[in-house]
Amino acid sequence: MAAFQELVQHYNSWIAIFLMVSGLYIVVARGNMVKKLVGLGLFQTSVYLIYLSPGKIIGGTPPILSDQYTVYSNPLPHVLILTAIVVGVATLALGLALVVRINEAFGSIEEDEIFEKDVEA
Amino acid sequence: MVLLTMMAVVTIGVVRLRNLFAVVILGGIYSFLMASVMIMLDAVDVAMTEASVGAGISTVLMLGVLHLTKMEEIKPAHTPLLPLFVAVVTAGGLVYGTIDLPPFGDPSGIIHQNVAPYYLQNSITDTSAPNVVTAVLASYRGFDTLGETVVIFTAGIAVLLLLKGRRPLPASGDGKAKSRTRRRRRRK
Repeated sequence: MAAFQELVQHYNSWIAIFLMVSGLYIVVARGNMVKKLVGLGLFQTSVYLIYLSPGKIIGGTPPILSDQYTVYSNPLPHVLILTAIVVGVATLALGLALVVRINEAFGSIEEDEIFEKDVEA
Repeated sequence: MVLLTMMAVVTIGVVRLRNLFAVVILGGIYSFLMASVMIMLDAVDVAMTEASVGAGISTVLMLGVLHLTKMEEIKPAHTPLLPLFVAVVTAGGLVYGTIDLPPFGDPSGIIHQNVAPYYLQNSITDTSAPNVVTAVLASYRGFDTLGETVVIFTAGIAVLLLLKGRRPLPASGDGKAKSRTRRRRRRK
């Protein structure tokens, strides 16, 4: 029973950790650059989850003030994560632009093939 | 909890699949699930942004790049044991760290004791915006938002510079790249 309690209490964090290490694994183990960027995105969104989870209050409502409610969830993580999402898409666009240029220069987006061609050149 | 489990399943799919098109579409599904989880966590503004930016723009950008490059990923040449080991050790350390975290949804948690009550109490008198997230984003932490805009502007310039001197490919990808940056710009 205590173990189940523990599971429910920390389920959010544990799923976030799972997402994070999956992202890490993809970034390290896969050579394809688009796949690497997807992994980076996974890593990033797991951080959103880690930030937002503690801000929730059970029985609370979204932080939009109204006379009907008195308990609101914490607005501060929401603000930080809003900023993070938008910056994240900017960096993603930059990374994808780099991938397009690399594909032009080397004709490939696989790390191993690029290294081979780089040694030849 | 169900949503979170579904997210984990989608993540396994992303790790295992080798067809990049499927991976990108799964990424879109993942973003929508993440947005639903955010609604459950009372972060409605963030959920809207994630659904439009994470599931919309990112997926479109990725598909555009896939159009310009290749759809299939080659089989990795190295054995994945070392990255797997690194990932598992990291996960173990992080899970160990979560044991000390305060319980989920507890209103007496430390995070709810500092500035958050101030924002909730004073945002109406200070900014007359009922949405506290908006008040904090645009007023209390306006400089953060300015910095964010600077980052996006820099990224936009960098993308333009990178894609400007492109030689046209056989697949005539030039117009595609242009519209891609334009779309990203319009969002901002």
